[in-house]
Amino acid sequence: MTDAVNKDSIEVDAHGHVAVDVTTLDAELIEGPSVATPDVAEYALWLGDDSLVLAQQLGAWISRAPELEEDVALGNVGLDLIGHARSLLHYAGTATDRTEDDLAYWRTEPDFRSLHIVEQPNGDFAHTIARQFIVSHYLFELHSRLRASADATLAAIAAKAVKEVDYHRDHSTQWVLRLAQGTDESRRRMITALSDLWPYVEEIFRDDPLIDRLEGIAVRPSSLRPAFDAAIAPVLAEAELEIPRGFVASGGGRTGKHSEHLAFLLAEMQVLTRAHPGASW
Amino acid sequence: MTSTITPDTSAPVAISVEEQQFNDLIEADSRIEPRDWMPEGYRKSLVRQISQHAHSEIIGMQPESNWITRAPSLKRKAILMAKVQDEAGHGLYLYSAAQTLGATRDDMTDALIAGKARYSSIFNYPTPSWADMGSIGWLVDGAAICNQVPLCRASYGPYGRAMVRICKEESFHQRQGFEILLELMQGTEEQRQMAQDSVNRWYWPALMMFGPPDDDSPNSAQSMAWKIKRHSNDELRQRFVNMLVPQAAVLGVTLPDPDLHFNEETQQWDLGEIDWTEFHEVLAGRGPNNAQRLQRRRDAHDEGAWVREAAAAYAHKQSARTEEMAAK
Repeated sequence: MTDAVNKDSIEVDAHGHVAVDVTTLDAELIEGPSVATPDVAEYALWLGDDSLVLAQQLGAWISRAPELEEDVALGNVGLDLIGHARSLLHYAGTATDRTEDDLAYWRTEPDFRSLHIVEQPNGDFAHTIARQFIVSHYLFELHSRLRASADATLAAIAAKAVKEVDYHRDHSTQWVLRLAQGTDESRRRMITALSDLWPYVEEIFRDDPLIDRLEGIAVRPSSLRPAFDAAIAPVLAEAELEIPRGFVASGGGRTGKHSEHLAFLLAEMQVLTRAHPGASW
Repeated sequence: MTSTITPDTSAPVAISVEEQQFNDLIEADSRIEPRDWMPEGYRKSLVRQISQHAHSEIIGMQPESNWITRAPSLKRKAILMAKVQDEAGHGLYLYSAAQTLGATRDDMTDALIAGKARYSSIFNYPTPSWADMGSIGWLVDGAAICNQVPLCRASYGPYGRAMVRICKEESFHQRQGFEILLELMQGTEEQRQMAQDSVNRWYWPALMMFGPPDDDSPNSAQSMAWKIKRHSNDELRQRFVNMLVPQAAVLGVTLPDPDLHFNEETQQWDLGEIDWTEFHEVLAGRGPNNAQRLQRRRDAHDEGAWVREAAAAYAHKQSARTEEMAAK
């Protein structure tokens, strides 16, 4: 599923040579001399932070999933997203000479650019699936179009990501159907989860002045809404779920206004790194 | 298979055609496959060993998953997620291998969460520091590899084949552990202390993973005769220590055994006395984290029950719908 960690090259030589670094960044990031402009870097932060925050949430499921197959599946999705986050944050960092880890571990909350939907807690499995269903469908539409970006690095990252996100979309779709049409309890939980997450959908598709400055490079969020609605409609119809009506959260993640959840998430993620400034791991 | 006689394993005299075939396969170092006849004791012994191994992979996810959300770099986070996810995968292949012997996953899971099944007691130790991700890889996975490489040749086919795949991944796990410690040992004073402290805590428990000394290992002799197991506990432990000593020197860590010395005569590293009282205490459920590990597994199982029920109900409805369509 993920190329971020390449395990295939490892031979069984249990008692021999041990010092190997098996994880490398994707080739386009190492070879390309490309340095992001400040606006492109800001846009890469938007997307990178979404992937990072969501991956961090999914990582917390591993060893706690409802069945072993889901420990593996949610782990796979999380790993793919960490891969996307690393590529995007690495690229964002080229503008200010910072590394992916400088950006992940040494920024505080107001400097994060994540959407509120990815910050929403795991909740029960239905909440995780509802969040995943919404975000994966959005990311699929986004990366499908970002492949054609005039920025070669963003286009390369998107070309790889879109294949992985396609699987994430399928995984969450299957679970939406199972939970909505499984038992009375699972249906009740699926309906609750969808209505808890829906207020955060609107923010995903909101435009920002940054997008106007990145014509041909960034994907205009509002332009994705029709495709998103068209993709989820048949799934919701088959699941006999209605689109929830009610609150629309004000959002603001792209300008550094975050939900109450993000600070806790960052505190946990950054605790060890920040206890050892300057250390390498 | 020509004979239909049910073999009576308690009969001391003539052995059946099937049993002779089984013995010949073992003798010829061939593989026994699920449909072959096998003595009940062989089947039981394998189910016990394979399910314990599967449980160990599953419980073994916990001490490491503790650090996924706090991994100190994104690269480390990705590697650790991949590793813990591999362990879930290993658990899955092993449960499948045990299922070919007639065990069911539900029964095995129930035995685990009821506290009736054993798993490797090493996972009852806590992981208070990041360096423990290094020590688990280097020492615990290292010990596991020494135990498991010979199992790739185990006489039971599905087990041997599962072990080939598992060993490849364990080798990657051991390397990443070594690399974590190497990075720490080349880091700040605090990082070096973190690494040494962790090695001090994991070294002896890792040596105990090979099981009790040969003269005190009740199941070993039969398992070796059946070629499920190929080397004795003490032999494997010795091989492991011989491998560790030069690696510890590369890392710059001390192994916490003041009596460890090179024996010119045997060309091996002689180790000090192992404290088997601690081993038996942890095995008896009085280790630091036994209760916590089982509780977490039970919670995941209980909290996930509604999800599994939903999936089963949905699959049932789907197949009923397909049948209905076919009938029309």
